[in-house]
Amino acid sequence: METTVADGPDAGASRPLPSLDEPDTAAFWSATAAGRLTYRVCRRCGEVVFFPRSHCPADLSPDLEVRDSAGRGTVYAFTVLRRSAAPGHQGRLPVVLAVVQLREGFRMLTEIVGADPGAVRVDMPVRVRWEPHEGLRIPLFEPDSAQAGLNSLHQGGWVACSDSRGASS
Amino acid sequence: MKADGLASIAGIDEFRPRLSFGKSAWQIKAECAARALADAGLDWQDVDALYDCGEAGGMPGFTMAEYLGLHPSLIDNTAVGGSSFELHAAHAATALSAGRAQVALLTYGSTKRSGNYAATDALSTAPPSPSANMELPYGLTTPGAYAICASRHMARYGTTADQLAAVSVTARVHALRNPDAVAGLAALRIKATELTTEMVLASPMIADPLHLLDCCLINDGGGAVVIVAPDLAADRPHPPVWILGAGEATRYLGNHDDITVSAAVDSGRQAFGQAGVRPGEIDVAMIYDSFTITVIVALEDLGFCAKGEGGAFADGGRLRFDEPGGPALNTDGGGLSSSHPGMRGIFLLIEATRQLRGASTAQVPGARLAVAHGTGGWLTTRHVAGTVVLGRS
Repeated sequence: METTVADGPDAGASRPLPSLDEPDTAAFWSATAAGRLTYRVCRRCGEVVFFPRSHCPADLSPDLEVRDSAGRGTVYAFTVLRRSAAPGHQGRLPVVLAVVQLREGFRMLTEIVGADPGAVRVDMPVRVRWEPHEGLRIPLFEPDSAQAGLNSLHQGGWVACSDSRGASS
Repeated sequence: MKADGLASIAGIDEFRPRLSFGKSAWQIKAECAARALADAGLDWQDVDALYDCGEAGGMPGFTMAEYLGLHPSLIDNTAVGGSSFELHAAHAATALSAGRAQVALLTYGSTKRSGNYAATDALSTAPPSPSANMELPYGLTTPGAYAICASRHMARYGTTADQLAAVSVTARVHALRNPDAVAGLAALRIKATELTTEMVLASPMIADPLHLLDCCLINDGGGAVVIVAPDLAADRPHPPVWILGAGEATRYLGNHDDITVSAAVDSGRQAFGQAGVRPGEIDVAMIYDSFTITVIVALEDLGFCAKGEGGAFADGGRLRFDEPGGPALNTDGGGLSSSHPGMRGIFLLIEATRQLRGASTAQVPGARLAVAHGTGGWLTTRHVAGTVVLGRS
């Protein structure tokens, strides 16, 4: 199931990398080296915690259980960057950035790869695809054809939105 | 004089050029402060409360007080991006109505266009926050953050690119009546002509679905606002512009909230509730327009229309100063066509005050009630909304 990016040396070479010394998020990034996409669950109230931090944002409990995500979810919302001066974007625009909704109940900002930018849709099924670096991997997401059938209803809903737009203008 | 509100905006000034020609942000702030105090009929030494979000750099509580030559007994350095000035006005209204101070000064100065990035550079050397350390590998730009929200809004409610463009078309109609905005467009080498939906859609895509003309200007600029306690509101050069109510609220991505709903839901409820005013009564809506989607979302969340109907509400011209059926939107030309030097919140207060004085270049006849609503930070990831309801006696 796990895949890594084999065809993206440009992105990997120039992408700014996170600090492994930042106390709240160091464990998250260390776990990526082993291909683990981790999230936290509050042992007291059950809240799913992401981004990683020292406490549960729902009740401030420090008692959090680290769990591994299966790395599958859907595009909650996205954009295709056509112009960007952000580090790591030079020479490889357009770049698709998205908020992905993971099945385990958390959302994360990420980049969508392996898809025609014009084909990315809200509610499109995606799965994690790792970009390797020294000491860590960056979680990117790609279209998940295995999930696509399950989500055809969502896709249909999106298309219906498009149609109603055309009719109302 | 009877207090018709919490405190009164007595003086305003906007730095007129959109390029600073060598002036620093500090100099722009001081220059605007002097003119706003004169506009209020007050002197430098009358100021006893200083509000500053630190955009010029340094530790503003003492460096800006020292630079201006003030000895304030109340200092507030609330910094939440472009909506900082709505929070400053809200805090000043509370403090002045409680007798904590008499004369509050808010200033803003920026050379964002001509290239003084001192404050930004200082921030970039700080260690990343936990959330930034999660996001920095992806390079989310500011247009990108607002565009992600727009994509969800379109998918969920059927909002169209044409409807987003209508916000920009309306802003340009108002800008063309404002000589400072027209001169500013020329200085920025932008043709000062009316926009059409087609022109917005034909402009380069920046971050889908936002085109270049869905994005605000980047220019130099600044301004100042003087707010006085109720006892000082009368016998000023201009009639009082009362702060009737205010609210502030925060939203961030999290795992649960709908990102198409902004903190305006909460800040607006507080502000309109305190003012005892309904959105439908508002004559002039000064709504932060960093991007067209920012306005659509705020119109809905402030209660000018139902959730999801902001696109249809913005379309069709009802937000023009001379059209019925909705509040006049961003009558100075907005950040889209007049001025956005990085933060726009102070201009919302300034133009709302002009309208309530009857002195706007796109004047709504007999305007009595206005709202200034700022969105600071980024839709999608994290933002702070500040809402101020203003009225004349």
